[in-house]
Amino acid sequence: MQACKTAGARAVLELALETRRGSFRLQVDCKIPAPWTIVFGPSGAGKTTLLRLLAGLDQPHHGAPVAGRVVLDRLVLTDTAKGIWRAPGHRRIAFVTQQPSLFPHLTAAENVAYGLRGADRASRTARVGEALELVGATSLSALHPRNLSGGQAQRIALARALATNPRLLLLDEPFSALDGVASDALLTKLQAWLRTRNVQAVMATHDVSDALATSADVLQVREGQLAAQGPAAEVLAADRNRLLGRLRPV
Amino acid sequence: MDWQAFAVSLRLASITTAILLCIAVPLAALLVLGRGRWIAAVEALTTLPMVLPPTVLGFFLLVLLGPRTAFGRAIAALIGHPLAFSFSGLVVGSVIYSLPFAVQPLVAGFAAVDTSLVDAARLLGAGPARVVSSVFMPLADRSLLSAIVLTFLHTIGEFGVVLMLGGDIPGATRTLSIVLYNQVESFDYFAANRTAAVLLAMSVAALVLVYASVQNRGSARRA
Repeated sequence: MQACKTAGARAVLELALETRRGSFRLQVDCKIPAPWTIVFGPSGAGKTTLLRLLAGLDQPHHGAPVAGRVVLDRLVLTDTAKGIWRAPGHRRIAFVTQQPSLFPHLTAAENVAYGLRGADRASRTARVGEALELVGATSLSALHPRNLSGGQAQRIALARALATNPRLLLLDEPFSALDGVASDALLTKLQAWLRTRNVQAVMATHDVSDALATSADVLQVREGQLAAQGPAAEVLAADRNRLLGRLRPV
Repeated sequence: MDWQAFAVSLRLASITTAILLCIAVPLAALLVLGRGRWIAAVEALTTLPMVLPPTVLGFFLLVLLGPRTAFGRAIAALIGHPLAFSFSGLVVGSVIYSLPFAVQPLVAGFAAVDTSLVDAARLLGAGPARVVSSVFMPLADRSLLSAIVLTFLHTIGEFGVVLMLGGDIPGATRTLSIVLYNQVESFDYFAANRTAAVLLAMSVAALVLVYASVQNRGSARRA
């Protein structure tokens, strides 16, 4: 497997994964030490597949062959050699995708509370309220998903993920339905919230401006292979120049 | 009108439907969520009673549950009487015979639920039982209603399995279908017409209930 490791930094998330879907092959081996990391690459590069494997949604022995290991804070989540595979709900990983996937028969507040089954009523209410407030959706709590716009639904999906107090937050273009200003504002609030709770985040995007805006570490993925890893300004220098070139006044 | 047979039919259909719901919901969820080659084998076995002639199924069950097999003798020793030619035996036969009519609508309903909702539930800590109760059941409620109605009506109208396995014992295994058969055999067409009308009315009423429910839900969702 291709190795691309950041020397000297304490690794929080470690992964060495390989899978095959038809002719497509994903092979990524790296450590992710940064609190905010962008998985950057064109559509079809394998970003979503990588995040699904991290979340445990694609089980090693089901469907496509998966081999490898995922370790989060020294806790082994997947190790196919040893037959270890923790179920998605037992990884302390939250995953927010472009499609909000809200339960249509539940209100926004009930959706956010879905993952808090073990908590007592007062704590559940408090966590739901806090999560909805963070994403600016307190006023939407009683609405059903059919009455929400795309952007509002994405806010609720994010609140639902955050309410579970994850250790790792996976984001797959989760703000695609929000306009630029709203997306930037939400991203800033989210990053501050994650910092205070020491939650690591990995966000997949094909948008270079998203990648550059968050001063993150970047994993650049091309055709299922890890092409580069490092600070956004270095890894995406060429993409940044191309973007700036397009913005020059005529 | 043979009210005793009417009561036996209703009792048989109600008990069969209740038992089948308990079996069919987890089985349908397994067929939708499960993976592996053995799933196809389970699906084939589940569907088998639909294509097997009822008399053949009734004959197999008669032999299996009767005193000719060790299994039949063990059951008889356990409950104090043979299952063949008893109401309990009819229930066993009806559950097997109507199994596909309970499972198939549920499989169709569960499979139509967006898989991303199942993923979302799993990510939020839901195990298979909670996925079924909190995602599949509320979102496939019409399929559940269809499964209930189909199972109930199918059991009410059952003839081949009932005759082979239960015979014609008044108050125990004589159902409305057997009564209708007896009436036709004795050329009592007037009584047969009434019995057939009752069976027809029950079927129409149940189907109207299903379609009315579907329409009401459709209107509520459009509103």
